[in-house]
Amino acid sequence: MSPMNQGEWGMACGIPQGQHGCVTLAHGEGGRVSRALIRDRIIAKLQERSVQLLFDAADVGAFAENIAVTTDSYVVSPIFFAGGDIGSLAVYGTVNDLAMAGATPMFLTLALILEEGFPLETLDRVIDSVARSALECDVKIVAGDTKVVPKGAADGVFINTTGIGRFQQPRMPGSRQITPGDSLIFSASIARHGLAILDARESFGFSPSPATDSGPLHQIAEALRIGLGCELRSMRDATRGGVAAVLHEWAEDCGHAMWIDEAAVPLSASTRGICELLGLDPLFIANEGTFVAAVAPNRCSEALAILHRFSRSREACKVGEVRNRVVSPVVVRRVVGFDQPLDEPLGAMLPRIC
Amino acid sequence: MKYLDEYRDAELVKRLTDQIRQASTQRWVLMDVCGGQTHSLVRNGIEQSLLDTVELIHGPGCPVCVTPVTVIDFAITLSMRPNTIVASFGDMLRVPGSFSSLLDARSKGGQVRIVYSPVDALRIARQLPEKNIVFLAVGFETTAPSTALAVLQASQQGLKNFTVIPAHVRVQPAMELLAQSADNRVQGFLAAGHVCVVNGFASYEKFVHDFKVPVVVTGFEPVDLLEGILECIACLEVKEPKVVNRYGRSVTREGNKAAQELIERVYQTSDRTWRGFGVIPRGGLSLLPEWDKFDAYHVFPTSVPLVAQERSECRGADVMSGKIKPKDCPAFGNRCTPEEPLGAPMVSSEGACAAYYRFDPIRISVNE
Repeated sequence: MSPMNQGEWGMACGIPQGQHGCVTLAHGEGGRVSRALIRDRIIAKLQERSVQLLFDAADVGAFAENIAVTTDSYVVSPIFFAGGDIGSLAVYGTVNDLAMAGATPMFLTLALILEEGFPLETLDRVIDSVARSALECDVKIVAGDTKVVPKGAADGVFINTTGIGRFQQPRMPGSRQITPGDSLIFSASIARHGLAILDARESFGFSPSPATDSGPLHQIAEALRIGLGCELRSMRDATRGGVAAVLHEWAEDCGHAMWIDEAAVPLSASTRGICELLGLDPLFIANEGTFVAAVAPNRCSEALAILHRFSRSREACKVGEVRNRVVSPVVVRRVVGFDQPLDEPLGAMLPRIC
Repeated sequence: MKYLDEYRDAELVKRLTDQIRQASTQRWVLMDVCGGQTHSLVRNGIEQSLLDTVELIHGPGCPVCVTPVTVIDFAITLSMRPNTIVASFGDMLRVPGSFSSLLDARSKGGQVRIVYSPVDALRIARQLPEKNIVFLAVGFETTAPSTALAVLQASQQGLKNFTVIPAHVRVQPAMELLAQSADNRVQGFLAAGHVCVVNGFASYEKFVHDFKVPVVVTGFEPVDLLEGILECIACLEVKEPKVVNRYGRSVTREGNKAAQELIERVYQTSDRTWRGFGVIPRGGLSLLPEWDKFDAYHVFPTSVPLVAQERSECRGADVMSGKIKPKDCPAFGNRCTPEEPLGAPMVSSEGACAAYYRFDPIRISVNE
């Protein structure tokens, strides 16, 4: 689920009308336009009937203590790509949303929307993958639904999963409690999922093919939470819009500035090469098993030591810190040494053309 | 990473910045011609760091920005035809035409695809023989050879469902127009490195002779750009206009012969309307008559007259000719943003307005 935040939204731009009152693809890209759509057209209408549409998973505590709920839909195309597929993504994505909110994942629901003509053999592969990943994450599938729509009304298979988990005590402070001085950590090398999808979609034929980082984060998140307690301020997986989107959301939540050093950002040589070739900024490219953490400065090295115990986060490193805001909400020190503001992600990745 | 890290070295950047300050006895006005250079200068904070020494005017070298409205309108019309798919580079899709963009057309059922090379469009044509594939071919001499190659391959393979909208433009005629205009302020040019990879730089020798301004062939990385600026200022300080190649790792005097031959086989030079500039003599490349059957204008004569409606508020032309900075435009950052652009320079990652919007701290402070 896209983190939703309506509280401190003050910007007057990006009215989500679409250019002519239609849904456009930009509404689904995770940047300003999608956030405005969620705020103005969804949250605004659901406010009275919703519990707390704010973070990755809601607290339904009024009638059940410490229960975390989240939901997410998966429409990735193609459905199979290097290192993953829509089935595992639908499990890991929702499990990770719970984990990032400081909850232990327990149950999933699984809703499938299938297009008429979708090969059953392919469906089997997808469901096998769901089963394998659910086992790996130690979650049970407790409810499900299947709908079939006429050919052309969907693209193969769409999946929705709702995740239910238990918030652990003490509760993680959350992004509003991020304070100047806190260290910012990226848990792994960034931008792998977006490039894997792009390569699978466009058949660039890079060798080796870029593979997704899609994978479960619940154990890593739990270890960090137990190790650091309330000095782990917040975690968020950097999905659509990449790490840039997370930094912007946090800057808005806490009101301070997120400062990162481009030279410290973990990035594999092959990812970097592809980004340079296509003119893409890896800070804006989606991840599916990589997160950003904000921790108290005196616990940063301990956090890194914990992260380095897990293979999925063995490249974790400190990339920057939270500072008092002067002008820009997110600032990046470019490798040449000048600090520059980092804009919010906007729309689809558009490679330079010359 | 080889060929990258050494051109982004922070120490070297600082040293070059200092050298530029020391070399300048006045604030010189230089034009970075290519949009890729604009993007790098603004993204890396180089322009900001040299504000007191150099005024950089970001020239018309963003092909998306100068593609005329009529071309976009034509592409939109074709995308709505039955059994027709328009393919182009991603940047082109959000550029507003008279009434809408290709992206709007797509959300209304128009068939529009993003490709990364004209050869990809050709592949779609082979895969879907029942559809007409139209490639909207934009770009300078850098991308023109690959479009030429696609046309030649389509011809060799006997494809009857592949056409191009030939909208390629030539950079030097635009520089000549700027240099000879009465209100020109540009004192030196950083020539677009990638265009020179194809064309070579010999043709700038006459340009320098005619207009008495230095032209420095410049690359795109921070160190490349600073070396280009330093060299240009050195020429200006000693009043010695000349052509200097500071992108020697990619550019030769004669250029890429094979690419030039492709261009010559497929195109002829023609007068061309540039968005915001009007007609630039010899400013475009059109298909030679023998390739008419691959020319979308020839294959799909338009029944609807294409009346272009430029949104009057956009001052993109004044930005690209250096008359104003993007921030001086009253629409900048409020009525015109990358989400809802009024004009092309706000769309492309290489457009001057989009670069300022994304990387300018002043703009972001307005929103606080």
